[in-house]
Amino acid sequence: MTQIQEMTLDEIRHLVTERAVQGETVVLNMGPQHPSTHGVLRLILELDGEVIVNVIPDIGFLHTGIEKNMEAKTYQKAEVMTDRLDYLNTVGNNLAYVMAVEKLLDLDVPPRAQAIRVILTELQRIASHLVWIGTSALDLAAMSVFLYAFREREMILDIFEMCSGQRMMTTYFRPGGLWRDVPVEFEDAVRNFVRIFPRRVDEYEALLTKNPLFLDRTLGIGKLTTEQALQYGVTGPILRATGLAWDLRKVRPYMGYEQYDFNVPTHTAGDVYARYLVRVQEMRESLKIVQQALDKLPYGPVRSNNHKYVPPPRSEIGVSMESLIHHFKLWTEGFTPPKGAVYSAVESPRGELGVYLESDGSPKPYRVHWRTPSFDNLQVLPVLAKGHLIADLIAIIGSIDIVLGDIDR
Amino acid sequence: METVLQSVVQALQERFPLQIEEFRGEVHVLVSAEHLVGLLNYLKNDESFEMLSTLTAVDYWPQQQPRFHVIYQLTSLKRNLSLQVRVPVGAMEPSLPTVTRIYANANWREREVWDMFGIRFEGHPDLRRILMPADWQGHPLRKDYPLGYEEPQFTFNFDEINRRKPYAKE
Repeated sequence: MTQIQEMTLDEIRHLVTERAVQGETVVLNMGPQHPSTHGVLRLILELDGEVIVNVIPDIGFLHTGIEKNMEAKTYQKAEVMTDRLDYLNTVGNNLAYVMAVEKLLDLDVPPRAQAIRVILTELQRIASHLVWIGTSALDLAAMSVFLYAFREREMILDIFEMCSGQRMMTTYFRPGGLWRDVPVEFEDAVRNFVRIFPRRVDEYEALLTKNPLFLDRTLGIGKLTTEQALQYGVTGPILRATGLAWDLRKVRPYMGYEQYDFNVPTHTAGDVYARYLVRVQEMRESLKIVQQALDKLPYGPVRSNNHKYVPPPRSEIGVSMESLIHHFKLWTEGFTPPKGAVYSAVESPRGELGVYLESDGSPKPYRVHWRTPSFDNLQVLPVLAKGHLIADLIAIIGSIDIVLGDIDR
Repeated sequence: METVLQSVVQALQERFPLQIEEFRGEVHVLVSAEHLVGLLNYLKNDESFEMLSTLTAVDYWPQQQPRFHVIYQLTSLKRNLSLQVRVPVGAMEPSLPTVTRIYANANWREREVWDMFGIRFEGHPDLRRILMPADWQGHPLRKDYPLGYEEPQFTFNFDEINRRKPYAKE
Protein backbone atom coordinates (compact mmCIF):
# COMPACT_ATOMS: atom_id res chain seq x y z
CA MET A 1 0.00 0.00 0.00
CA THR A 2 1.73 3.13 -1.17
CA GLN A 3 1.06 6.22 0.82
CA ILE A 4 1.46 9.72 -0.45
CA GLN A 5 4.47 11.25 1.20
CA GLU A 6 3.75 14.45 2.98
CA MET A 7 5.86 16.93 1.15
CA THR A 8 6.72 20.31 2.58
CA LEU A 9 7.68 23.20 0.39
CA ASP A 10 11.25 22.91 1.70
CA GLU A 11 11.73 19.53 0.02
CA ILE A 12 10.79 20.77 -3.43
CA ARG A 13 12.14 24.27 -2.96
CA HIS A 14 14.77 23.72 -5.67
CA LEU A 15 12.01 22.92 -8.15
CA VAL A 16 9.67 25.87 -7.65
CA THR A 17 10.35 29.52 -8.34
CA GLU A 18 11.17 32.15 -5.75
CA ARG A 19 7.64 33.51 -6.16
CA ALA A 20 6.18 30.32 -4.64
CA VAL A 21 8.31 30.81 -1.55
CA GLN A 22 7.11 34.40 -1.30
CA GLY A 23 3.52 33.21 -1.60
CA GLU A 24 2.82 34.96 -4.90
CA THR A 25 2.13 31.70 -6.73
CA VAL A 26 0.15 28.73 -5.41
CA VAL A 27 1.58 25.23 -5.17
CA LEU A 28 -1.28 22.81 -5.73
CA ASN A 29 -1.49 19.04 -5.66
CA MET A 30 -3.27 17.19 -8.49
CA GLY A 31 -3.76 13.44 -8.30
CA PRO A 32 -2.67 10.67 -7.86
CA GLN A 33 -6.34 9.75 -8.09
CA HIS A 34 -7.60 12.03 -10.81
CA PRO A 35 -9.62 10.85 -13.81
CA SER A 36 -7.55 12.79 -16.35
CA THR A 37 -4.18 11.32 -15.38
CA HIS A 38 -4.87 7.92 -17.01
CA GLY A 39 -3.65 5.95 -14.04
CA VAL A 40 -2.02 7.00 -10.81
CA LEU A 41 0.06 10.02 -11.64
CA ARG A 42 0.55 12.82 -9.16
CA LEU A 43 1.36 16.30 -10.39
CA ILE A 44 2.50 19.15 -8.22
CA LEU A 45 1.49 22.35 -9.97
CA GLU A 46 2.83 25.80 -9.38
CA LEU A 47 0.12 28.21 -10.48
CA ASP A 48 -0.13 31.90 -11.11
CA GLY A 49 -3.88 32.27 -11.08
CA GLU A 50 -4.95 29.69 -13.61
CA VAL A 51 -1.68 29.76 -15.54
CA ILE A 52 0.83 26.99 -15.02
CA VAL A 53 4.28 28.20 -13.94
CA ASN A 54 5.73 24.73 -13.39
CA VAL A 55 4.69 21.09 -13.25
CA ILE A 56 6.50 18.57 -11.07
CA PRO A 57 5.38 15.01 -11.91
CA ASP A 58 5.60 12.48 -9.08
CA ILE A 59 5.57 8.87 -10.29
CA GLY A 60 6.08 5.45 -8.76
CA PHE A 61 2.60 4.69 -7.43
CA LEU A 62 2.31 1.69 -9.74
CA HIS A 63 5.85 0.39 -9.19
CA THR A 64 5.67 -3.40 -9.02
CA GLY A 65 9.34 -4.36 -9.22
CA ILE A 66 8.97 -6.22 -12.52
CA GLU A 67 12.67 -5.87 -13.39
CA LYS A 68 13.65 -7.44 -10.06
CA ASN A 69 11.05 -10.18 -10.38
CA MET A 70 12.19 -11.13 -13.85
CA GLU A 71 15.72 -11.76 -12.54
CA ALA A 72 14.31 -14.49 -10.28
CA LYS A 73 12.55 -16.44 -13.04
CA THR A 74 13.74 -18.47 -16.00
CA TYR A 75 13.60 -16.86 -19.42
CA GLN A 76 10.31 -18.57 -20.35
CA LYS A 77 8.58 -17.84 -17.05
CA ALA A 78 9.72 -14.21 -16.94
CA GLU A 79 7.72 -13.54 -20.08
CA VAL A 80 4.37 -13.48 -18.28
CA MET A 81 5.54 -10.37 -16.41
CA THR A 82 6.04 -8.45 -19.64
CA ASP A 83 2.28 -8.27 -20.32
CA ARG A 84 1.82 -6.43 -17.06
CA LEU A 85 4.08 -3.52 -17.94
CA ASP A 86 2.14 -1.58 -20.54
CA TYR A 87 -1.32 -3.07 -20.27
CA LEU A 88 -2.50 -1.43 -23.49
CA ASN A 89 0.35 -2.91 -25.50
CA THR A 90 0.63 -6.42 -24.09
CA VAL A 91 1.41 -8.12 -27.39
CA GLY A 92 4.02 -5.48 -28.20
CA ASN A 93 5.74 -6.04 -24.85
CA ASN A 94 5.87 -9.78 -25.57
CA LEU A 95 7.40 -9.00 -28.93
CA ALA A 96 10.09 -6.73 -27.46
CA TYR A 97 11.03 -9.37 -24.90
CA VAL A 98 11.07 -12.40 -27.21
CA MET A 99 13.07 -10.44 -29.76
CA ALA A 100 15.69 -9.68 -27.12
CA VAL A 101 15.83 -13.35 -26.09
CA GLU A 102 16.06 -14.43 -29.72
CA LYS A 103 18.90 -11.99 -30.31
CA LEU A 104 20.70 -13.34 -27.25
CA LEU A 105 20.24 -16.95 -28.45
CA ASP A 106 20.74 -16.10 -32.13
CA LEU A 107 17.50 -17.94 -32.84
CA ASP A 108 15.58 -17.81 -36.12
CA VAL A 109 11.82 -17.36 -36.32
CA PRO A 110 9.82 -19.06 -39.12
CA PRO A 111 8.20 -16.67 -41.64
CA ARG A 112 4.64 -17.64 -40.70
CA ALA A 113 5.30 -16.80 -37.05
CA GLN A 114 6.80 -13.46 -38.09
CA ALA A 115 3.75 -12.56 -40.18
CA ILE A 116 1.31 -13.50 -37.39
CA ARG A 117 3.38 -11.46 -34.96
CA VAL A 118 3.14 -8.47 -37.28
CA ILE A 119 -0.65 -8.84 -37.66
CA LEU A 120 -1.22 -9.05 -33.92
CA THR A 121 1.13 -6.21 -32.96
CA GLU A 122 -0.46 -3.93 -35.55
CA LEU A 123 -3.93 -4.84 -34.24
CA GLN A 124 -2.60 -4.06 -30.78
CA ARG A 125 -1.37 -0.69 -31.99
CA ILE A 126 -4.86 0.07 -33.28
CA ALA A 127 -6.40 -1.10 -29.99
CA SER A 128 -4.03 1.10 -28.00
CA HIS A 129 -4.76 4.12 -30.19
CA LEU A 130 -8.48 3.42 -29.77
CA VAL A 131 -8.15 3.60 -25.99
CA TRP A 132 -6.16 6.80 -26.44
CA ILE A 133 -8.68 8.44 -28.81
CA GLY A 134 -11.54 7.47 -26.51
CA THR A 135 -10.02 8.62 -23.24
CA SER A 136 -8.32 11.76 -24.48
CA ALA A 137 -11.53 12.90 -26.18
CA LEU A 138 -13.40 12.07 -22.98
CA ASP A 139 -11.04 14.38 -21.09
CA LEU A 140 -12.10 17.15 -23.45
CA ALA A 141 -15.77 16.32 -22.78
CA ALA A 142 -16.37 14.58 -26.13
CA MET A 143 -18.05 11.59 -24.58
CA SER A 144 -19.45 9.60 -27.49
CA VAL A 145 -16.08 8.84 -29.13
CA PHE A 146 -15.17 6.73 -26.14
CA LEU A 147 -18.18 4.46 -26.62
CA TYR A 148 -17.52 3.98 -30.35
CA ALA A 149 -13.78 3.39 -29.86
CA PHE A 150 -14.29 0.73 -27.23
CA ARG A 151 -16.74 -1.09 -29.47
CA GLU A 152 -13.99 -1.64 -32.06
CA ARG A 153 -11.36 -2.37 -29.42
CA GLU A 154 -13.54 -5.22 -28.23
CA MET A 155 -13.36 -6.80 -31.70
CA ILE A 156 -9.55 -6.78 -31.51
CA LEU A 157 -9.53 -8.23 -28.01
CA ASP A 158 -11.83 -11.00 -29.25
CA ILE A 159 -9.22 -11.86 -31.88
CA PHE A 160 -6.55 -12.04 -29.15
CA GLU A 161 -8.78 -14.30 -27.10
CA MET A 162 -9.31 -16.52 -30.10
CA CYS A 163 -5.55 -16.98 -30.54
CA SER A 164 -4.26 -17.11 -27.01
CA GLY A 165 -7.25 -17.73 -24.74
CA GLN A 166 -6.77 -14.34 -23.09
CA ARG A 167 -8.08 -10.93 -23.99
CA MET A 168 -5.22 -8.86 -22.64
CA MET A 169 -2.45 -10.82 -20.90
CA THR A 170 -1.76 -13.00 -23.90
CA THR A 171 1.88 -14.23 -23.61
CA TYR A 172 1.23 -15.59 -27.08
CA PHE A 173 4.66 -14.94 -28.60
CA ARG A 174 7.35 -17.28 -27.29
CA PRO A 175 11.11 -17.28 -27.92
CA GLY A 176 11.48 -18.93 -31.31
CA GLY A 177 7.91 -18.44 -32.53
CA LEU A 178 4.39 -18.60 -31.14
CA TRP A 179 2.66 -20.63 -28.48
CA ARG A 180 0.65 -22.40 -31.19
CA ASP A 181 -0.74 -21.67 -34.63
CA VAL A 182 -3.76 -19.40 -35.00
CA PRO A 183 -7.17 -21.12 -35.13
CA VAL A 184 -9.07 -21.46 -38.43
CA GLU A 185 -11.52 -18.65 -37.55
CA PHE A 186 -8.64 -16.19 -37.24
CA GLU A 187 -8.41 -15.19 -40.87
CA ASP A 188 -12.14 -14.47 -41.21
CA ALA A 189 -12.21 -12.50 -37.99
CA VAL A 190 -9.28 -10.30 -39.06
CA ARG A 191 -10.70 -9.83 -42.57
CA ASN A 192 -14.02 -8.80 -41.06
CA PHE A 193 -12.23 -6.23 -38.92
CA VAL A 194 -10.17 -4.94 -41.86
CA ARG A 195 -13.38 -4.58 -43.87
CA ILE A 196 -15.37 -2.52 -41.38
CA PHE A 197 -12.66 -0.54 -39.58
CA PRO A 198 -11.87 2.17 -42.21
CA ARG A 199 -15.48 3.40 -42.03
CA ARG A 200 -15.26 3.46 -38.25
CA VAL A 201 -12.13 5.65 -38.36
CA ASP A 202 -14.09 8.00 -40.63
CA GLU A 203 -16.75 8.11 -37.91
CA TYR A 204 -14.27 9.14 -35.22
CA GLU A 205 -12.83 11.76 -37.53
CA ALA A 206 -16.32 13.06 -38.27
CA LEU A 207 -16.77 13.57 -34.54
CA LEU A 208 -13.44 15.26 -33.86
CA THR A 209 -11.23 16.40 -36.76
CA LYS A 210 -13.24 19.48 -37.72
CA ASN A 211 -15.16 19.88 -34.49
CA PRO A 212 -14.70 23.57 -33.51
CA LEU A 213 -14.75 22.81 -29.77
CA PHE A 214 -12.07 20.15 -30.22
CA LEU A 215 -9.97 22.48 -32.38
CA ASP A 216 -10.20 25.23 -29.76
CA ARG A 217 -8.90 22.89 -27.11
CA THR A 218 -6.06 21.37 -29.14
CA LEU A 219 -4.66 23.77 -31.75
CA GLY A 220 -1.45 25.42 -30.63
CA ILE A 221 -1.52 23.74 -27.20
CA GLY A 222 1.54 21.99 -25.78
CA LYS A 223 3.98 22.71 -28.59
CA LEU A 224 7.21 20.78 -28.89
CA THR A 225 10.06 21.20 -31.36
CA THR A 226 12.13 18.38 -32.80
CA GLU A 227 15.24 19.60 -30.94
CA GLN A 228 13.42 19.55 -27.60
CA ALA A 229 11.98 16.12 -28.36
CA LEU A 230 15.42 14.65 -29.08
CA GLN A 231 16.93 16.37 -26.06
CA TYR A 232 14.32 14.65 -23.87
CA GLY A 233 14.48 11.28 -25.63
CA VAL A 234 10.87 11.60 -26.78
CA THR A 235 9.91 9.01 -29.39
CA GLY A 236 6.79 7.71 -31.11
CA PRO A 237 3.84 9.79 -32.33
CA ILE A 238 4.96 12.80 -30.27
CA LEU A 239 8.29 12.93 -32.10
CA ARG A 240 6.61 12.33 -35.45
CA ALA A 241 4.15 15.16 -34.75
CA THR A 242 7.15 17.52 -34.64
CA GLY A 243 8.09 16.59 -38.20
CA LEU A 244 10.73 13.88 -37.90
CA ALA A 245 9.78 10.58 -39.58
CA TRP A 246 11.55 8.29 -37.12
CA ASP A 247 9.81 4.94 -36.90
CA LEU A 248 11.81 1.86 -35.95
CA ARG A 249 9.60 -0.29 -38.20
CA LYS A 250 10.89 1.74 -41.13
CA VAL A 251 14.47 2.67 -40.20
CA ARG A 252 15.48 -0.62 -38.53
CA PRO A 253 12.99 -3.17 -39.85
CA TYR A 254 12.38 -6.28 -37.76
CA MET A 255 9.94 -9.20 -38.15
CA GLY A 256 9.86 -8.63 -41.91
CA TYR A 257 8.38 -5.12 -41.78
CA GLU A 258 10.46 -4.24 -44.84
CA GLN A 259 8.11 -6.33 -47.05
CA TYR A 260 5.07 -4.22 -46.25
CA ASP A 261 4.17 -0.98 -47.91
CA PHE A 262 3.16 1.69 -45.40
CA ASN A 263 3.81 5.35 -44.70
CA VAL A 264 5.11 7.03 -41.58
CA PRO A 265 2.66 9.88 -40.93
CA THR A 266 4.23 13.14 -39.78
CA HIS A 267 3.09 16.67 -39.00
CA THR A 268 5.14 19.72 -38.28
CA ALA A 269 3.06 21.68 -35.77
CA GLY A 270 4.08 19.58 -32.75
CA ASP A 271 0.95 20.49 -30.77
CA VAL A 272 -1.88 18.40 -29.33
CA TYR A 273 -3.81 18.51 -32.60
CA ALA A 274 -0.80 17.32 -34.64
CA ARG A 275 -0.40 14.35 -32.29
CA TYR A 276 -4.07 13.57 -32.78
CA LEU A 277 -3.71 13.61 -36.57
CA VAL A 278 -0.58 11.45 -36.49
CA ARG A 279 -2.23 8.78 -34.38
CA VAL A 280 -5.41 8.69 -36.45
CA GLN A 281 -3.35 8.26 -39.61
CA GLU A 282 -1.27 5.59 -37.90
CA MET A 283 -4.40 3.54 -37.33
CA ARG A 284 -5.07 3.59 -41.07
CA GLU A 285 -1.45 2.67 -41.85
CA SER A 286 -1.51 -0.20 -39.36
CA LEU A 287 -4.62 -1.51 -41.05
CA LYS A 288 -2.75 -1.48 -44.37
CA ILE A 289 0.02 -3.59 -42.83
CA VAL A 290 -2.51 -6.05 -41.36
CA GLN A 291 -4.17 -6.43 -44.75
CA GLN A 292 -0.91 -7.06 -46.58
CA ALA A 293 0.42 -9.48 -43.98
CA LEU A 294 -2.82 -11.41 -44.08
CA ASP A 295 -2.85 -11.55 -47.89
CA LYS A 296 0.58 -13.13 -48.08
CA LEU A 297 0.47 -15.12 -44.85
CA PRO A 298 2.83 -18.02 -45.59
CA TYR A 299 2.13 -21.60 -44.58
CA GLY A 300 4.57 -23.57 -42.49
CA PRO A 301 5.67 -24.10 -38.92
CA VAL A 302 5.17 -21.37 -36.29
CA ARG A 303 8.01 -22.45 -34.06
CA SER A 304 11.72 -22.85 -34.60
CA ASN A 305 12.85 -26.48 -34.59
CA ASN A 306 15.95 -25.75 -32.52
CA HIS A 307 14.86 -27.87 -29.57
CA LYS A 308 17.73 -26.71 -27.39
CA TYR A 309 15.66 -23.56 -26.87
CA VAL A 310 12.15 -24.25 -28.16
CA PRO A 311 10.06 -27.10 -26.71
CA PRO A 312 9.38 -29.94 -29.19
CA PRO A 313 5.75 -30.54 -30.22
CA ARG A 314 3.65 -32.79 -28.03
CA SER A 315 3.35 -35.42 -30.78
CA GLU A 316 7.12 -36.00 -30.80
CA ILE A 317 7.48 -36.54 -27.07
CA GLY A 318 5.80 -39.95 -27.14
CA VAL A 319 7.99 -41.36 -29.89
CA SER A 320 11.38 -39.66 -29.55
CA MET A 321 13.65 -40.09 -26.54
CA GLU A 322 15.62 -37.00 -27.53
CA SER A 323 12.47 -34.85 -27.63
CA LEU A 324 11.45 -36.11 -24.22
CA ILE A 325 14.83 -35.11 -22.79
CA HIS A 326 14.62 -31.67 -24.42
CA HIS A 327 11.11 -31.17 -23.06
CA PHE A 328 12.17 -32.22 -19.57
CA LYS A 329 15.27 -30.00 -19.58
CA LEU A 330 13.39 -26.98 -20.91
CA TRP A 331 10.59 -27.13 -18.35
CA THR A 332 12.75 -27.91 -15.35
CA GLU A 333 16.06 -26.11 -15.76
CA GLY A 334 15.28 -23.87 -18.73
CA PHE A 335 17.73 -22.96 -21.47
CA THR A 336 21.11 -21.34 -20.97
CA PRO A 337 22.04 -18.54 -23.38
CA PRO A 338 25.67 -17.55 -23.86
CA LYS A 339 27.18 -14.81 -21.70
CA GLY A 340 26.55 -11.35 -23.08
CA ALA A 341 24.26 -8.35 -23.20
CA VAL A 342 21.86 -7.23 -25.92
CA TYR A 343 19.62 -4.22 -26.42
CA SER A 344 16.67 -4.74 -28.69
CA ALA A 345 14.03 -2.13 -29.49
CA VAL A 346 10.65 -2.17 -31.20
CA GLU A 347 8.22 0.59 -32.10
CA SER A 348 5.40 0.42 -29.58
CA PRO A 349 2.25 2.61 -29.93
CA ARG A 350 4.01 5.08 -27.63
CA GLY A 351 7.53 5.04 -29.07
CA GLU A 352 10.77 3.14 -28.72
CA LEU A 353 10.23 0.18 -26.43
CA GLY A 354 13.65 -1.27 -25.66
CA VAL A 355 14.76 -4.27 -23.66
CA TYR A 356 18.26 -4.51 -22.24
CA LEU A 357 18.91 -8.14 -21.46
CA GLU A 358 22.09 -9.41 -19.85
CA SER A 359 22.92 -13.08 -19.45
CA ASP A 360 25.56 -14.61 -17.19
CA GLY A 361 25.17 -18.04 -18.80
CA SER A 362 22.57 -19.27 -16.30
CA PRO A 363 18.91 -20.11 -17.10
CA LYS A 364 17.71 -16.87 -15.48
CA PRO A 365 18.28 -13.39 -16.91
CA TYR A 366 20.99 -11.57 -14.95
CA ARG A 367 19.52 -8.17 -15.62
CA VAL A 368 16.45 -7.04 -17.54
CA HIS A 369 15.92 -3.36 -18.07
CA TRP A 370 12.91 -1.91 -19.84
CA ARG A 371 13.38 1.29 -21.80
CA THR A 372 9.74 2.24 -21.72
CA PRO A 373 8.65 5.08 -24.01
CA SER A 374 6.15 6.66 -21.59
CA PHE A 375 8.91 7.27 -19.03
CA ASP A 376 10.77 9.67 -21.32
CA ASN A 377 7.60 11.04 -22.91
CA LEU A 378 6.18 12.08 -19.54
CA GLN A 379 9.43 13.77 -18.57
CA VAL A 380 8.82 16.43 -21.19
CA LEU A 381 5.46 17.41 -19.59
CA PRO A 382 6.84 20.52 -17.78
CA VAL A 383 8.17 21.81 -21.11
CA LEU A 384 4.79 21.28 -22.78
CA ALA A 385 2.60 22.70 -20.03
CA LYS A 386 4.43 25.87 -19.00
CA GLY A 387 2.40 28.97 -19.70
CA HIS A 388 -0.85 27.12 -20.43
CA LEU A 389 -4.04 26.92 -18.38
CA ILE A 390 -4.91 24.00 -16.11
CA ALA A 391 -7.62 22.92 -18.56
CA ASP A 392 -4.96 22.70 -21.28
CA LEU A 393 -2.83 20.50 -19.04
CA ILE A 394 -5.63 17.91 -19.23
CA ALA A 395 -5.48 18.01 -23.02
CA ILE A 396 -1.68 17.72 -22.96
CA ILE A 397 -1.62 14.70 -20.65
CA GLY A 398 -4.18 13.03 -22.89
CA SER A 399 -2.11 13.78 -25.99
CA ILE A 400 1.15 12.26 -24.71
CA ASP A 401 -0.72 8.98 -24.18
CA ILE A 402 1.02 7.71 -21.06
CA VAL A 403 0.43 4.36 -19.44
CA LEU A 404 1.51 4.39 -15.83
CA GLY A 405 2.24 0.67 -15.80
CA ASP A 406 4.77 1.43 -18.50
CA ILE A 407 6.36 4.27 -16.54
CA ASP A 408 6.58 2.75 -13.07
CA ARG A 409 7.29 -0.84 -14.09
CA MET B 1 30.68 -4.14 -37.17
CA GLU B 2 29.19 -1.77 -39.71
CA THR B 3 31.71 0.41 -41.48
CA VAL B 4 30.11 3.66 -40.30
CA LEU B 5 30.20 2.52 -36.70
CA GLN B 6 33.77 1.33 -37.27
CA SER B 7 34.82 4.88 -38.14
CA VAL B 8 33.06 6.26 -35.04
CA VAL B 9 34.83 3.74 -32.83
CA GLN B 10 38.18 4.54 -34.45
CA ALA B 11 37.68 8.24 -33.87
CA LEU B 12 36.83 7.50 -30.23
CA GLN B 13 39.90 5.34 -29.79
CA GLU B 14 42.14 8.16 -30.99
CA ARG B 15 40.72 10.54 -28.38
CA PHE B 16 39.92 8.45 -25.31
CA PRO B 17 41.41 5.38 -23.59
CA LEU B 18 38.70 2.73 -23.96
CA GLN B 19 37.93 -0.94 -24.44
CA ILE B 20 35.68 -2.22 -27.21
CA GLU B 21 33.44 -5.27 -26.93
CA GLU B 22 31.23 -6.68 -29.61
CA PHE B 23 28.33 -9.09 -29.16
CA ARG B 24 25.60 -9.98 -31.68
CA GLY B 25 26.45 -6.96 -33.80
CA GLU B 26 26.22 -4.49 -30.93
CA VAL B 27 29.21 -2.42 -29.90
CA HIS B 28 29.91 -1.74 -26.23
CA VAL B 29 32.46 0.93 -25.36
CA LEU B 30 33.99 0.65 -21.89
CA VAL B 31 35.30 3.93 -20.57
CA SER B 32 36.44 5.12 -17.14
CA ALA B 33 34.41 7.62 -15.11
CA GLU B 34 36.75 10.59 -15.62
CA HIS B 35 36.37 10.41 -19.43
CA LEU B 36 32.58 9.89 -19.39
CA VAL B 37 31.41 13.49 -19.76
CA GLY B 38 34.02 14.28 -22.41
CA LEU B 39 33.13 11.16 -24.38
CA LEU B 40 29.38 11.80 -24.34
CA ASN B 41 29.92 15.44 -25.25
CA TYR B 42 32.06 14.37 -28.18
CA LEU B 43 29.53 11.73 -29.30
CA LYS B 44 26.65 14.16 -29.14
CA ASN B 45 28.27 17.16 -30.79
CA ASP B 46 30.73 15.62 -33.27
CA GLU B 47 29.22 12.22 -34.09
CA SER B 48 25.55 13.31 -33.91
CA PHE B 49 24.33 10.85 -31.28
CA GLU B 50 21.42 13.15 -30.46
CA MET B 51 19.39 10.89 -28.23
CA LEU B 52 20.03 9.03 -24.99
CA SER B 53 17.76 6.03 -25.43
CA THR B 54 18.26 4.69 -21.97
CA LEU B 55 20.50 4.87 -18.93
CA THR B 56 20.65 2.00 -16.50
CA ALA B 57 23.03 -0.06 -14.38
CA VAL B 58 24.00 -3.66 -13.65
CA ASP B 59 25.18 -4.96 -10.30
CA TYR B 60 27.97 -7.59 -10.38
CA TRP B 61 27.94 -8.26 -6.63
CA PRO B 62 29.86 -9.93 -4.92
CA GLN B 63 32.53 -8.57 -7.24
CA GLN B 64 33.75 -5.33 -5.66
CA GLN B 65 35.99 -3.60 -8.18
CA PRO B 66 34.09 -2.77 -10.27
CA ARG B 67 30.80 -3.67 -8.64
CA PHE B 68 28.52 -1.83 -11.08
CA HIS B 69 28.42 -1.01 -14.72
CA VAL B 70 26.42 2.08 -15.62
CA ILE B 71 25.08 1.80 -19.17
CA TYR B 72 24.35 4.64 -21.59
CA GLN B 73 22.51 3.50 -24.70
CA LEU B 74 22.91 6.18 -27.37
CA THR B 75 21.09 6.57 -30.67
CA SER B 76 22.00 8.65 -33.68
CA LEU B 77 18.87 9.41 -35.67
CA LYS B 78 20.72 11.23 -38.41
CA ARG B 79 23.02 8.29 -39.15
CA ASN B 80 20.80 5.49 -37.80
CA LEU B 81 23.40 4.09 -35.40
CA SER B 82 23.37 2.69 -31.87
CA LEU B 83 26.22 2.64 -29.42
CA GLN B 84 26.43 1.48 -25.85
CA VAL B 85 28.77 3.21 -23.41
CA ARG B 86 29.54 1.35 -20.18
CA VAL B 87 31.25 2.84 -17.15
CA PRO B 88 32.58 0.61 -14.35
CA VAL B 89 31.85 1.90 -10.84
CA GLY B 90 33.39 0.60 -7.59
CA ALA B 91 31.46 -0.67 -4.57
CA MET B 92 32.58 1.97 -2.04
CA GLU B 93 30.32 5.06 -2.17
CA PRO B 94 29.55 4.62 -5.86
CA SER B 95 29.23 7.86 -7.76
CA LEU B 96 29.51 9.28 -11.27
CA PRO B 97 29.31 12.75 -12.78
CA THR B 98 25.84 13.63 -14.03
CA VAL B 99 25.11 13.88 -17.75
CA THR B 100 21.86 15.85 -17.39
CA ARG B 101 23.53 18.87 -19.00
CA ILE B 102 24.21 16.83 -22.15
CA TYR B 103 20.99 14.79 -22.36
CA ALA B 104 17.97 16.26 -20.55
CA ASN B 105 16.16 12.95 -20.11
CA ALA B 106 19.08 11.63 -18.05
CA ASN B 107 17.43 13.52 -15.19
CA TRP B 108 14.80 10.87 -14.36
CA ARG B 109 16.95 7.99 -15.56
CA GLU B 110 19.73 8.96 -13.14
CA ARG B 111 17.18 9.33 -10.35
CA GLU B 112 16.01 5.80 -11.15
CA VAL B 113 19.56 4.43 -11.01
CA TRP B 114 20.12 6.22 -7.68
CA ASP B 115 16.84 4.82 -6.38
CA MET B 116 17.42 1.26 -7.56
CA PHE B 117 21.22 0.88 -7.25
CA GLY B 118 22.36 3.63 -4.89
CA ILE B 119 24.80 5.18 -7.34
CA ARG B 120 25.07 8.93 -6.75
CA PHE B 121 25.29 11.35 -9.65
CA GLU B 122 27.39 14.37 -8.71
CA GLY B 123 25.91 17.67 -9.83
CA HIS B 124 22.43 16.26 -10.49
CA PRO B 125 19.83 19.02 -10.02
CA ASP B 126 17.20 16.90 -8.24
CA LEU B 127 18.54 13.59 -6.94
CA ARG B 128 15.52 12.23 -5.06
CA ARG B 129 14.04 8.74 -5.14
CA ILE B 130 11.68 8.36 -8.06
CA LEU B 131 9.94 4.98 -8.01
CA MET B 132 10.24 3.87 -4.37
CA PRO B 133 8.70 5.88 -1.51
CA ALA B 134 10.91 8.71 -0.21
CA ASP B 135 11.52 6.99 3.16
CA TRP B 136 12.49 3.61 1.67
CA GLN B 137 15.56 1.82 3.06
CA GLY B 138 18.00 0.20 0.64
CA HIS B 139 18.24 -0.02 -3.13
CA PRO B 140 16.06 -2.82 -4.53
CA LEU B 141 17.84 -3.80 -7.75
CA ARG B 142 21.15 -4.50 -6.01
CA LYS B 143 21.96 -8.20 -6.04
CA ASP B 144 22.41 -8.31 -2.25
CA TYR B 145 18.88 -6.98 -1.75
CA PRO B 146 16.55 -9.97 -1.26
CA LEU B 147 13.44 -10.39 -3.37
CA GLY B 148 10.60 -10.23 -0.85
CA TYR B 149 7.51 -12.38 -0.92
CA GLU B 150 4.20 -12.72 0.86
CA GLU B 151 3.55 -15.92 2.80
CA PRO B 152 0.53 -17.77 1.43
CA GLN B 153 -2.16 -18.19 4.04
CA PHE B 154 -3.84 -21.59 4.29
CA THR B 155 -6.61 -22.61 6.66
CA PHE B 156 -4.19 -24.21 9.13
CA ASN B 157 -1.91 -21.19 9.49
CA PHE B 158 -4.23 -18.32 8.60
CA ASP B 159 -4.42 -16.72 12.06
CA GLU B 160 -0.76 -17.22 12.82
CA ILE B 161 0.36 -15.40 9.65
CA ASN B 162 -2.36 -12.79 10.01
CA ARG B 163 -0.94 -11.76 13.40
CA ARG B 164 2.49 -10.80 12.09
CA LYS B 165 1.48 -9.68 8.61
CA PRO B 166 2.25 -6.01 8.04
CA TYR B 167 -0.88 -3.97 7.38
CA ALA B 168 -1.18 -0.26 6.73
CA LYS B 169 -1.44 1.56 10.05
CA GLU B 170 -4.66 3.39 10.86
